[in-house]
Amino acid sequence: MQLELKNLYNDFRDAKTIKAYAKIIQEDAKKLNKEIHIMEVCGGHTHTIMKYGVLQLLPQNIKFVHGPGCPVCIMPKERIDHAYVLAMQSDVILVTLGDMIKVPGSNGSLQDARSKGADVRFVYSPMDCLKIASENPDKKIIFFAIGFETTTPMTAALLNAVINKNIPNIFFHINHVTVPEAMAALIADDASNIDAFLGPAHVSVISGSKIYEEFPRDYKKTVVVSGFEPVDVMQSISMIVKQFIENRCELEVEYKRAVSYEGNSKAQELINKYFEKAQNFRWRGLGDIPRSGLRLRDEYDALNAEVLYKDILPTQKIDDHKLCICGDILRGKATPPQCTIFGTACKPTTPIGSCMVSSEGACAAYYKYGNLI
Amino acid sequence: MNKTITLANGNGGEENNELISQVFYKAFKNEILEKSEDAAIIHNGELAFSTDSFTVSPLFFAGADIGKLAVCGTCNDLAMMGAKPKYLTCSVIIEEGFEVVELERIVASMKIELEVNAAIVVSGDTKVVPKGSVDKIFINTTGIGEVLKKGISSNNITEEDVILVNRDIGAHGATIFAAREGMEMSSALKSDCNSLFPQVKALLDAGINITAMRDATRGGVSAVLNEWAKQSNICIEVEEEKIPVSDEVKGICEMLGFEATALANEGTFVLAVKREDAQRAVEILQNFEFCSSATVIGQVTQTHLKKVVLKSAWGTSRFLETPTGELLPRIC
Repeated sequence: MQLELKNLYNDFRDAKTIKAYAKIIQEDAKKLNKEIHIMEVCGGHTHTIMKYGVLQLLPQNIKFVHGPGCPVCIMPKERIDHAYVLAMQSDVILVTLGDMIKVPGSNGSLQDARSKGADVRFVYSPMDCLKIASENPDKKIIFFAIGFETTTPMTAALLNAVINKNIPNIFFHINHVTVPEAMAALIADDASNIDAFLGPAHVSVISGSKIYEEFPRDYKKTVVVSGFEPVDVMQSISMIVKQFIENRCELEVEYKRAVSYEGNSKAQELINKYFEKAQNFRWRGLGDIPRSGLRLRDEYDALNAEVLYKDILPTQKIDDHKLCICGDILRGKATPPQCTIFGTACKPTTPIGSCMVSSEGACAAYYKYGNLI
Repeated sequence: MNKTITLANGNGGEENNELISQVFYKAFKNEILEKSEDAAIIHNGELAFSTDSFTVSPLFFAGADIGKLAVCGTCNDLAMMGAKPKYLTCSVIIEEGFEVVELERIVASMKIELEVNAAIVVSGDTKVVPKGSVDKIFINTTGIGEVLKKGISSNNITEEDVILVNRDIGAHGATIFAAREGMEMSSALKSDCNSLFPQVKALLDAGINITAMRDATRGGVSAVLNEWAKQSNICIEVEEEKIPVSDEVKGICEMLGFEATALANEGTFVLAVKREDAQRAVEILQNFEFCSSATVIGQVTQTHLKKVVLKSAWGTSRFLETPTGELLPRIC
């Protein structure tokens, strides 16, 4: 049987269903005794919310706080500089995913490196590195791995293939980060303004819904694990509002079509085989968050580009621009238009702050889709 | 602008416009060039004049090849100004080691497409460069056309016009992406590469009052609409569900995170025609092969001047921006 892709999304963009949820939310929200602030953690959700105009369908007392978003936005400049330095090595082909090549570091972006002669390629799947490696046996292929829980299993699968097939010329620079630690860091700040979280469904397809258990239990924050289509998001908002009017604070799953409590245990095993928690990862916009990143286990040092190229990789930390208020935006203390450089000095073509970097960042989404409310 | 040229400077979107205005327009500034039309109108408005260079990887793809593309591209730019393509030049830069059989295949498809336009190649040039200096073959064509209807311009669109497209959008961009990435797609997906003069002629013969036409090449339909909104100082309001997109193109967009409105086309054009002629124009276009989905997609208003507004079926709206950067697939 041929799988028709449209069957996977058509129902979840149905205008009648979206309007029906909008009505339910409007009615239920009248019973709320306070304004509620929902953070969508993932840039994919920010994108859906802005692209489909979800905010225009919500009552005044439901506000969104746009979260740390996408793996590209949160990458600190010093790590982009790593990628740049590696790419400029004459015997290296630097491979990464999508938007990563656009983000400026202190010397420029990978796109700029490419225009200066560096061999930089983007792939859809890390497994494409295998083909590049066999076609370029005299080059070192460095996979600059980025992403949350969603993309980590693919990097682990590539590692598995490289080791099992004894491929001599693929190396790794690991920048994988994890969602729950960032969420905890965001609400640890007393001034943060977040009542509930929209959890990214694809992260939970891998890691299960269990990773969010602590939030209702320890922090009294509602979590609903949500899909990415507009109907999913509207239904999840409705579930959150219902929890508030019924005085509940729970972890619920809207995206039942693919999320289980335990998640994908095979993927988790593979990740644990190759990776361990790094002591610290510095997030652009948020700063140091302990145990929020992954690193290659020591026994794979021979594949670790950060170890192999230690002598040439810059170690200096680069702070965010003084005028940038991404940190406040991410904590729900400010919105993009409140930033003095939003849309002027800081634009998608010349991003200064993390939230303007990729189309999934809050500022870029505001800039791109406008605010027609 | 950056100190070095990046691929984003050739995307048909914002960075591309920046390069053109800050480097070329600055140096070559003149009244004709500043009109920024698909083809320059010269010789008392009687002739249309345009040039285009072609590089595509792969050279042969579902629905067309670089040869057909090179003739369609220039002839379509002439047709968009209401002109009948007449004389073309053809310059090629070929990489050492290129197969003669492939060159013959390319030239053969150029010949077929010239016949569709009833145009002829009257001058040409050939250069061969060492391996690695170009990617296989680059083709430039320049064309002169005879203007059949004067006054067609992207600078004159008003609230009396409505906005149409001649067929489903994004097929060329989606096909090239799928081919480059070796994605196994259903056979129904192929480039829309096609000569537009026959469609333009049918509209003119029927006396349709056309204000503007533009083929939605790099930057796609969203680039055309944004250029028009700026050039004519209007707001264009588009209903998203009316924009025709094939299931195959939607599929590619879903998988890679693209928007069909930002994908390139090579046989798709946007029209601004007077409201009273819109229905007749749609009916004429629908008679052409591949154009059964020709339709009105939007209105011209004064709501947000120089902007394009996209309206959803559930009552929300947002701006449709000119595409920026390189088209890159989403990460997760």
